[in-house]
Amino acid sequence: MSAEHIIELKGVHKWYGDFHVLKDINITVQKGERIVICGPSGSGKSTTIRCINRLEEHQQGQIIVDGTELTGDLKHIEQIRKEVGMVFQHFNLFPHLTILENLSLAPIWVKNVAKAEAESIAMKYLERVKIPEQANKFPGQLSGGQQQRVAIARSLCMNPKVMLFDEPTSALDPEMISEVLDVMVELAEDGMTMICVTHEMGFAKKVANRVIFMDEGEIVEENEPNEFFNNPQNERTQLFLSQIIQH
Amino acid sequence: MSVNHRKSPNLPPPASEVGIVVWIKKNLFSTYANSVMSLAAMGLILLLLPPLLDWAFFSATWSGTTRADCNEEGACWIFIANRMDQIMYGFYPAELHWRPNLTGLLLIALMIPLFIKAFKYKNWLGAFILLIYPFVAYFLIHGGSFGLEVVSTNKWGGLMLTLILSAVGIVASLPLGILLALGRRSKMPMFRSVCIVYIEFWRGIPLITVLFMASVMLPLFFPEGSNFDKLLRALIGITMFQSAYMAEVVRGGLQAIPKGQYEASEALGLNYPKSMGLIILPQALKLVIPGIVNTFIALFKDTTLVLIIGLFDLLAIINLALTDSEWLGFDDEGYVFAAFVFWVFCFAMSRYSIALEAKLHTGHKR
Repeated sequence: MSAEHIIELKGVHKWYGDFHVLKDINITVQKGERIVICGPSGSGKSTTIRCINRLEEHQQGQIIVDGTELTGDLKHIEQIRKEVGMVFQHFNLFPHLTILENLSLAPIWVKNVAKAEAESIAMKYLERVKIPEQANKFPGQLSGGQQQRVAIARSLCMNPKVMLFDEPTSALDPEMISEVLDVMVELAEDGMTMICVTHEMGFAKKVANRVIFMDEGEIVEENEPNEFFNNPQNERTQLFLSQIIQH
Repeated sequence: MSVNHRKSPNLPPPASEVGIVVWIKKNLFSTYANSVMSLAAMGLILLLLPPLLDWAFFSATWSGTTRADCNEEGACWIFIANRMDQIMYGFYPAELHWRPNLTGLLLIALMIPLFIKAFKYKNWLGAFILLIYPFVAYFLIHGGSFGLEVVSTNKWGGLMLTLILSAVGIVASLPLGILLALGRRSKMPMFRSVCIVYIEFWRGIPLITVLFMASVMLPLFFPEGSNFDKLLRALIGITMFQSAYMAEVVRGGLQAIPKGQYEASEALGLNYPKSMGLIILPQALKLVIPGIVNTFIALFKDTTLVLIIGLFDLLAIINLALTDSEWLGFDDEGYVFAAFVFWVFCFAMSRYSIALEAKLHTGHKR
């Protein structure tokens, strides 16, 4: 039933010049599923999710998001970006705009929502990530954890069907990681479809339906979290897990 | 083991020594080298400033009508006062001076609300000033409709011409420069090449050459008898030339914007024009305000070069006045006055740029 499949990657390959970064990636995501992708650095996990909203171009295979196939066609790309939200490692808030403007900008300019309505949507999501009092500040005045929560709220304002997280907690000071993860857990509990590249294994155990392990551009192992963590099958997975769990 | 259960209170800083003597000691004579530099600087000021002030103000002649009224000790500003009309308007007919005056006042009146915080329609007013006002100004100064007598551009001159040249140059070269900068970073190879060739061509030739070409060569390409206005040719030349510089300044700003900003705006679904206009350019232009204003200032001063193609800007008018047999030998007054006027405008631009930077600062570090 492809209607249930919100994201399908079929045999996706990608090269940077001669370098084969993604090798035959196949991922299917159902509506409401939470996928965690992990793996050593340079394994292609970020590249994979960046292909889903065309920040990177794939050269072979098919990527279908909510029934629309990603091709060079700008219409399709715009359509897909409207439905896919993304949260980056380095937040990438717009430093020249206030928090409220950061949140209301895309609804106003992409979806033609009236300014007042866009701002009330923005406030709703700021309350949801628990920082409505920061609305009129600039990003540079907020802590890293607050900035990342704003970035999540900014994506949510577009009312996306899928949220992509690209190592959302990797650039944060340790004491700020949990405030961001809490927001993500709540989001998961509300039924948001999520694909999350992260090293937070606690988060993976708690919310993921499936964990995908990538290494050297390919998917090595894919399993539900309990099995994945307690009974990894592949040697590379075992090695990776032993390395990150040691400390 | 040591545990601190009390919270340390915040103490006021120690009462530091205050007073002017302490300040001087601390700042001017803190070290041996500093003392030497301070004394040398003070010596230089004492050496240069009094004679200059004496010449320009205390011993200067301020009132009178003819050369006979000048005293020999200091500057004779009567010369400037006598020529004021030409210095301001060139050969623009005296009975019509109200037209450029009105144009200038209108601009000032239109710009005042832009500096009032509570004024809500700044964007509309700004657009009006940039898009509609130039036509109003042209009809007022040039005339030719609504019963206004035509004053052809060869009569325009003085400070008025300098301001027209630089205002048009500035207003036209910034947007053109931005487009060229974006073009130079474009992913379309042919378009990019065109922009690179344009920038490198105009940057590689002197402005004097451009103006000569505009005034001598350009007419050769037009059919016999067609009269392509000389001022318009100079304006086009200056704009083309300065936009190449502007493009490189803006490109510097674009390069300083982190890739994440482009990605975030793309991921939110903003298309190229919106992402540039709302996210990238506001940040990039803010970063290069000093460079942009630098180019504006250079442009303002470069307008004096139009004297070589027979346009009488401020400097050319003063040059002309110096050849008046009645007033031979007043070069000092003439050039000092011209320099002063240029300096006032350039310094104003410089201060405005600093104020603008401070206003746009949003507390983010990069």
